Amino acid sequence: MLLLGVLLVDVVRDGIGQLSFDFLTSFSSINAKQAGIEAALTGTIWLMAVCAAFIVPVGVATAIYLEEYADNDRWWNRLIEVNIQNLAAVPSIVYGILGLAFLVRGPLSLGNVVLAGGLTLGLLVLPVVIIAGREAIRAVPASIREGSLALGATKWQTIWRQVLPASIPGIATGVILALSRAIGETAPLIVVGAATFLAFNPSGLDSSFTALPIQIFDWISRPSNDINNYKPLAAGGILVLMILLMAMNSIAIWLRNRYEQKW
Amino acid sequence: MEAGTATTTRRAVPYIGAARRRWGEDLIKGILFLAALISVLTTTGIVISLLRETVVFFQSVGLGDYLIGTKWTPTFQPASFGVLPLLVGTFLITGIAMVVAVPLGIGSAIYLSEYARPRVRRTIKPILELLAGVPTIVFGYFALTYFTPNILQDILHLRVDVFNALSAGIIMGFMIVPTVASISEDALTAVPQSLREGAFALGASRLQVSLRVVFPAALSGVVASVVLGVSRAVGETMIVLVAAGQIASMSADPRGPHYTITSFIGAIAKGDIPTGSVEYKTIFALGMTLFLITLAMNLISIRFVRKYRQVYE
Repeated sequence: MLLLGVLLVDVVRDGIGQLSFDFLTSFSSINAKQAGIEAALTGTIWLMAVCAAFIVPVGVATAIYLEEYADNDRWWNRLIEVNIQNLAAVPSIVYGILGLAFLVRGPLSLGNVVLAGGLTLGLLVLPVVIIAGREAIRAVPASIREGSLALGATKWQTIWRQVLPASIPGIATGVILALSRAIGETAPLIVVGAATFLAFNPSGLDSSFTALPIQIFDWISRPSNDINNYKPLAAGGILVLMILLMAMNSIAIWLRNRYEQKW
Repeated sequence: MEAGTATTTRRAVPYIGAARRRWGEDLIKGILFLAALISVLTTTGIVISLLRETVVFFQSVGLGDYLIGTKWTPTFQPASFGVLPLLVGTFLITGIAMVVAVPLGIGSAIYLSEYARPRVRRTIKPILELLAGVPTIVFGYFALTYFTPNILQDILHLRVDVFNALSAGIIMGFMIVPTVASISEDALTAVPQSLREGAFALGASRLQVSLRVVFPAALSGVVASVVLGVSRAVGETMIVLVAAGQIASMSADPRGPHYTITSFIGAIAKGDIPTGSVEYKTIFALGMTLFLITLAMNLISIRFVRKYRQVYE
């Protein structure tokens, strides 16, 4: 706890002078006084959008399947469950390698583009959404389902109109947690080919991109001299990242408290 | 309307809806199953992609050279592919990290579960969760720009290089504390209260109860948390990449730079790598090594968790 405090104080002290509107809207440059994070920020937003577009349908669908349809006596269903647990523990850089092999090069050959980066991050955090989704669906009491079925609804109607709406807050919390994990991931993005020096915003799913953690990493890695001091830039970037993270976590906590239902 | 209602005068043959399966329901089940398969495909993908290039790699580099060689210079001419320096770096930093994380993590867990008042618990747990959510690059920044110059060089007067394994290891330890602490704390709180009360009734002090009754009862869960912590440490990239430098060294001296498996992959991947080149293949061979190490540790830790869950059933 003490360490966290010291870290925060240090970062704030270094970075607070850096924060300004110009910082947010300028692109990176060799001239440290002119550099900003606009490309990185928009890159991160694009990545999060792609990531969310992937994990929400796939994660929720998997959670529904595992909770409502899968018969646990079948070996393939047990395999899927064990699989998800293992995936949650794989180092993030291995996901980067997976993305490199299949998405960037290899079968899909998308190149070092936003779509590849977003999908790689999506695969990385998918287990978080699945696990949270399962908890949320499991929390809906059987009486709701049974009442619906007794009134003549089919299984899917029950799920779509009763169970899912009831579990949306839990699922939303899970998605936000997943995204807050994805937003800070640097290693997989490095392997997948996020550019470190980019002076434009991504123009589409098929454009090259950078991201906030990558930009911070780039600034940290550059040696500083008296003319160009990159340390405050990195600190400023970190501050923006932490603010984003805290905003996301606060939304998640608020969601959880506001919509928590006691059955 | 209700199917099969008990008004026998209505119909000759009651219509029971379930007798005719709606094909739409089966379609939905199929779609959802496909979604669930994506997770299986991910694992298969990881294994296949790693395996394919690793096999190619080992066709030109002998397995013995890889495992026992002590020089890691894949980009020199002639290239040398001994992975030992990377393993030394990985386990050196992991070792330092665990020396920090295990006492702090288990200590916090024991404090939170045995000693802390509910109000203290309620404030400390969220802080731990906050620490767990900090992106690792922030830790790396802190290690390089603050910890090394200010703490290690100025305050402790240690003669360390700018890039050193000690700083990375200690900071990584702090990063892992929440993992160890929260799983250990779950294990400790799962111990039934009756064990504690029995010990108190026999006259034991709080310290004795915590250390000699509760802790041994939760031991397998605590061990699982440590193994998981090690697994995280081995797989962590950014802290090392930023703070521990880029030299593959066989020495166990933490005051200098050290590559680990992960930081080497990261450093190589930063540049442009042509598909099929030597660098490309080393990424996969190293990735495979890393994946196998962490997989083994995760399986071990799952074994331990299962063991402690059974004790009270």
